[in-house]
Amino acid sequence: MNVRTIATTRSSMGIPTGRLAVWWVLVSEIVIFGGVLVSYLMHRLGHPEWAAQASHTHLWAGAFNTLVLLSSSLSAVLAHQAAEAGNGPKAARLLWLTIAGGATFLIVKSFEWTGEIREGFTIQVGGFWSYYYTAAGLHAFHVFAGMCVMAWVASTAARNQDLHRVENVGIYWHFVDIVWIFLFPLLYIAK
Amino acid sequence: MSESAHSAPNIAPAHPAHAGHGEHAPQSFFHKYLWSTDHKVIAMQYTFTGMALGIVAAFMAYVFRMQLAFPGMHVPGFGVVSPGAYNALVTNHGSIMIFWVAMPVLLAGFGNFLIPLMVGCDDMVFPRINRLSYQLFLLSVVVLVASWFVPGGGFGGAWTAYPPLSAVAKYNLTPGGATLWLIAVALEFVAFLLGGINFITTAMNSRAPGMKAFDVPIVVWTIVMASILFMSSVGPLIAGAVMLAFDQLIGTGFYNPNRGGDPILWQHLFWFFGHPEVYVVLFPALGIVAEIMTVFSRKKLFAYKIVIYTFIATGALSFFVWAHHQFVAGIDPRMANVFTVTTLIISIPIAEMCFVYIATLYGGSITFSTPMLWALAFMVEFLIGGVTGIFLGASGLDIFLHDTYFVIAHFHYTFFPIAIIGTFAGITFWFPKMFGRMMSDKLGKIHFWGTIIPFNFIFIPMFFLGSAGEQRRVYDYRHFPELARPEFQALRIMATVALLVMLAFQLVFFYNFIMSMRRGPKAPKNPWKSNTLEWTADSPPPHGNWAEMPTCYRAPYEYSVPGRAEDFWPQNEKT
Amino acid sequence: MTDHAHAHAAPHRNYFKIWAILVGLLIVSVLGPMTGIRTVMLITAFGVALVKAYLVAKNFMHLDIEKPIVKWLLAVALTLMVLMYSGIAPDVQKTTGRNWQKDAGFHAKLAPAEKEHPNESGAHTP
Repeated sequence: MNVRTIATTRSSMGIPTGRLAVWWVLVSEIVIFGGVLVSYLMHRLGHPEWAAQASHTHLWAGAFNTLVLLSSSLSAVLAHQAAEAGNGPKAARLLWLTIAGGATFLIVKSFEWTGEIREGFTIQVGGFWSYYYTAAGLHAFHVFAGMCVMAWVASTAARNQDLHRVENVGIYWHFVDIVWIFLFPLLYIAK
Repeated sequence: MSESAHSAPNIAPAHPAHAGHGEHAPQSFFHKYLWSTDHKVIAMQYTFTGMALGIVAAFMAYVFRMQLAFPGMHVPGFGVVSPGAYNALVTNHGSIMIFWVAMPVLLAGFGNFLIPLMVGCDDMVFPRINRLSYQLFLLSVVVLVASWFVPGGGFGGAWTAYPPLSAVAKYNLTPGGATLWLIAVALEFVAFLLGGINFITTAMNSRAPGMKAFDVPIVVWTIVMASILFMSSVGPLIAGAVMLAFDQLIGTGFYNPNRGGDPILWQHLFWFFGHPEVYVVLFPALGIVAEIMTVFSRKKLFAYKIVIYTFIATGALSFFVWAHHQFVAGIDPRMANVFTVTTLIISIPIAEMCFVYIATLYGGSITFSTPMLWALAFMVEFLIGGVTGIFLGASGLDIFLHDTYFVIAHFHYTFFPIAIIGTFAGITFWFPKMFGRMMSDKLGKIHFWGTIIPFNFIFIPMFFLGSAGEQRRVYDYRHFPELARPEFQALRIMATVALLVMLAFQLVFFYNFIMSMRRGPKAPKNPWKSNTLEWTADSPPPHGNWAEMPTCYRAPYEYSVPGRAEDFWPQNEKT
Repeated sequence: MTDHAHAHAAPHRNYFKIWAILVGLLIVSVLGPMTGIRTVMLITAFGVALVKAYLVAKNFMHLDIEKPIVKWLLAVALTLMVLMYSGIAPDVQKTTGRNWQKDAGFHAKLAPAEKEHPNESGAHTP
């Protein structure tokens, strides 16, 4: 049942409603991630001994994942470009490429975490690891959720429908990328 | 099958395609009332759910007040109140009233109903997300109710859920209840985040042609601002709640100082949200009161623009005061100085609001209808609440008053006007539009006096008890000789008796509500002769609200304009 | 639906070039720790992060041509986080005050998942 209301089509602020809504979603997400990261930061700065724990994170896995997410942001913005040009199928393909990037990210992370857990670094084992798994886990959850929404957008875009959603899901995806841009130094580099 | 929905923005002709909005085949009960995306139906779902839970929370208050007045007695309808049960009752009473009564009724109920109607569009911008938000909310209710029936019973660690009590099962003795309570709260947060997106986007973007920002009625402004406050403040607590859940379930030590954590972190994360939260519920109530006052004094809202700026300033300031809840928790005393100053400052815009409302009434042609009585009572009672907050905001005095009944009296003098008076004001005012019938004004007035007078007899004694040092969250004062004095017990009994009287009068409301809905006189479109757009739709409005969307020509409070035949000037009338 | 798209059309920018810059910055941030100098490492790590975030926000999210209200909203959200840090850090980040200190358990080295102690009052002798 299509529930496209007149309300959705209006634009008193001069911004399309979908895009305006995504920006508001990001506002709420900034404070959610901000809550975790500020808490982590305060503890990290107050616990110099956590550096020893932090040295056990795998820099190269983190760096590779950063590369993956950056590249997936590229494909997301290229998808937006394609959508603006009216080319739905191309936009959909690029969105699927982005989703593949997200999947790669999650697969690498699962190997990474499996390894770390086997080495004995579980979430209970110390303050650093608690924050590590919580922050990265919250992020990974958002990656996964983004992939799901993106798949839905891609499937309608392929039929040249609702192409404006390509930009909006892209904005969300870039935000997830930016969060990881900060998680990477916080969890992997600062040792 | 793509619709012609990609028309240029800001045109609202009567689309034949969209007028077919309500053209579905006659809907089943399920589709019409349980699976609907219509904002009005969702509003009713939230409102009725909130009211139902209000009855539950009121029952909890009845039980624990009976225990306080007649300790050890077998409370009719409940049984003997054990210490653990007492803790669970006060915890859930507080949690329910804030998260499952005040927010769904004031914010989600009135927000959903009023925003599209008042800005002149057919529904919210994301109707399916709207429906999802209610479904998540309903799920949170189910989880909360479930928390009372698991082994150990309901969570008893106070609505503030401080660790280590809330984190360690050996301390709280309600591990299942504690986790389920936390999950219920988290689900409620997500539901309101989703709902908030709708409110904010619809109000910002879907206004009727010609409706500029300062033509939007104040209650829409306040509900939207409340949603923004909520969205900006709840994030850290969601993070904190995840961390608390991990502490409860998988043995992390986020709040355990022996494991490198800090229990004060939870307090900060909680109150960083908790203080803006009270403004989240206050703003819609103030908006409702303002709408009622303008209509029933036939006067424009005094200094409407300044009021909006004041609301914005208050909302911003609300982020700077949170640690006044933690003065004696062991925070840095120098920070306590900071928070005292900011807390006292925030009383200034609120006081200004009181003056603005009085100025709105001044010189007006006042009708003492039931909604107006509620609106006036709001001002008087909230004033007492606000003033007593100043005592608590001074950190030195708070050292004595913290965690006493003075605090309870203070916040009931603010919350009761917000959640209860505000609700009754809004319902008695918009009932004709919502249900197409008029409520009985006589019964309304009986209910009003039967609520307001006992309310004061419940809580004024508590200022005295608190000043005498009576601590909160104690199930039996017989164990404290200095508090077990007969004159104190007399005050406790008075408060309980007043509560019983007040609860009895609520039956008048329910009778009025139900009978009016079924047999009340049919309501005209605009029984109160108000200017705002919702009164131009049918009572009740159909799916899609209007066959042809209205256009807005002026500000919302043009009452008693000299030279006009009528003393009101609806926003959609061209001349 | 092309009207708002045109109004919002990005000046044609080379997304690949931006991506290449981002990857280059990533390499810099990975090389930073290898210098062994802590200050260099911190500057490259977080400085690069800020620059990368700026580039993504400006070029991929098109924040430079977005309406100002959006930028204000995001700025307010970020400011709230700074505010939150300022209000909480004096209690949570500090480990000693004028009359108190967080005790030995607080700085415990790696501890395996503990069973819950009955008396976790933290009353260690200092």
